[in-house]
Amino acid sequence: MDLILLAEQILNGLQFGIMLFLMAAGLTLIFGVMGLINLAHGSLYMIGAFCAAAVAGWTGSFTLGLIAALAGAAAAGALIELVVIRRLYDKDHLDQVLATFALILIASEGTRWVFGSFPLFLDIPEALSGPVMLPGGIQYPLYRLALIGAGLGVAAGLFLLIARTRIGIQIRAGENDREMIAALGVDIDRLYTFVFALGAALAGLAGALVGAIQSVQVGMGEPVLILAFVVIVIGGIGSIKGALVGALLVGLTDTLGKIALPGLFGLFLDPAQATQVGSALASMAIYVLMAMVLIWRPTGLYGVRA
Amino acid sequence: MSRESVINWIVLAGLVAVPLWAHLSDEPFTITLATRAVILALAAVGLNIALGIGGLVSLGHAAFFGIGGYTMGILAHHAQTYTPVMEWPLLIEGTKSMPVIWGLSILFSALAAFLIGLLSLRTSGVYFIMITLAFGQMFYYFAISWAEYGGEDGLSIYVRNGFPGVNTLVPIQFYGLCLVALLIVLGFNAALARAPFGLALGAARQVPARVRAVGLDPYRLQLLAFTLSGAITGLAGALFADLNRFVSPTMFSWQLSGELIVFIIIGGVARLFGPVIGAVLFVVLEHWLGGLSDYWHIYLGLMLLGIVLFGRGGVIGMVAGRERSHD
Repeated sequence: MDLILLAEQILNGLQFGIMLFLMAAGLTLIFGVMGLINLAHGSLYMIGAFCAAAVAGWTGSFTLGLIAALAGAAAAGALIELVVIRRLYDKDHLDQVLATFALILIASEGTRWVFGSFPLFLDIPEALSGPVMLPGGIQYPLYRLALIGAGLGVAAGLFLLIARTRIGIQIRAGENDREMIAALGVDIDRLYTFVFALGAALAGLAGALVGAIQSVQVGMGEPVLILAFVVIVIGGIGSIKGALVGALLVGLTDTLGKIALPGLFGLFLDPAQATQVGSALASMAIYVLMAMVLIWRPTGLYGVRA
Repeated sequence: MSRESVINWIVLAGLVAVPLWAHLSDEPFTITLATRAVILALAAVGLNIALGIGGLVSLGHAAFFGIGGYTMGILAHHAQTYTPVMEWPLLIEGTKSMPVIWGLSILFSALAAFLIGLLSLRTSGVYFIMITLAFGQMFYYFAISWAEYGGEDGLSIYVRNGFPGVNTLVPIQFYGLCLVALLIVLGFNAALARAPFGLALGAARQVPARVRAVGLDPYRLQLLAFTLSGAITGLAGALFADLNRFVSPTMFSWQLSGELIVFIIIGGVARLFGPVIGAVLFVVLEHWLGGLSDYWHIYLGLMLLGIVLFGRGGVIGMVAGRERSHD
């Protein structure tokens, strides 16, 4: 395998991983602060992508589309939190699973009702289209590079928000002891709505950004949601640092596995069979990674030890 | 007789009477719907061992359903194309015989459940939900990329498999076979819930520390329950594949895992007949609402939200009140 191809695939893996991080960060925050397992997080990803595609198609501006994705997903998140999620915090996980499963059904069918079953397309903005030459003679799409940059920027912003701001302190305090911070005069209901809307906005942003390189369609959120679960299990629930490390591991394992495994089997099988066996096993690579982390550390890399 | 057992007898009578009536008035489609409901009920009854008694919220039971389905699909595919499943190290031929297929489906799905349980039961709570969901998805992607058995397109089986002494091509006879399978498993479940194993499993859900204190290992109890649970759902998968004469990766889809949980909750958690009532209601609603609107999932979603937020204990809980058969 030549080095340029490998470098390209590493960049692809990073790009995939950093988008997964945007999803996983919201999920892990929501679980860490409110103790809620939110299956409907994938729906917020889809809502973001649809808002972006609709507004960008209507106005012709990708930037406005991104703003619409953030606003739309955050608003949908806040609405869902106020109407449904709020009533689930003191219920058991089974009820949370079922209620958020119901939300997926409603969101997916509602979106299908409004936009129809055909996928929408979101164009990459003019300024970011085309390839760019990287040092070492690697040609790489500028938009994907911009995704890596944007994702890292959001990750840095999120770390600052959690570590340095007043609201970040309240969020960390809420993770540790919710009764105590309520007693200290923090409006816990408002904090919960804020955290949920923040997670929703991150998911919506990821949906819009990825929507430009894939098609925007109903049901696009759930495969990403399940990968984000794998990320959280690997990183440890409630840990943003774990989500980042887990997301990059999953992104790189998946992308490199798809390249490396068929090549590896090509060494001792005939090419057609090697491609088949290799790609079948590559589709399982991240789950094998998850299983290995579980055997080594049942609560994830950065999880609190039980 | 408690109100719950009255409900159970009514449901049982309906499961016998409605298809018989449909058979006499020549409405094969109703029998197909009933067969679908009974098979989905069987899958959910399997899940109810882990979820209801054991408290293990598995969001990956579609994996076992799919493994059962693919066991049937692969064996029947080789039988209808007259090719061996494998020639080395030993020759294995395909088969069209239901008892053999059922046995192997149970075996393979039990094995998969054992392995998944071995890993996932090291954790609990939300981790367990996410991990079972992830492993379920792993099988889904594996089935899609497994080009030898149809990949994304799945496998078609031209003629339904045979059972000695039964003409499975007649809808009512195949229905009878499925109903008997469901009743045997329900009987097994009822015995299990009362047996020392079931009691210990329930205790492991409620107070694991005390179970450990009396010298039992919750991990082992839960692993056995999860394996049994997967095996039964796998059997349902084989029957489902035979009903449709078709297997595809959608049998592994995470939505199916979610729907199995929905059946249990609609009917009532840890109730013997809960999954049966849930599955029957679901199939009826799917048929009825699906005929009224293309977007019937919206109504289903709203109904589920209503059940979670306001109705405790599902249909059986609402009718029979708080008395519980086993908890």
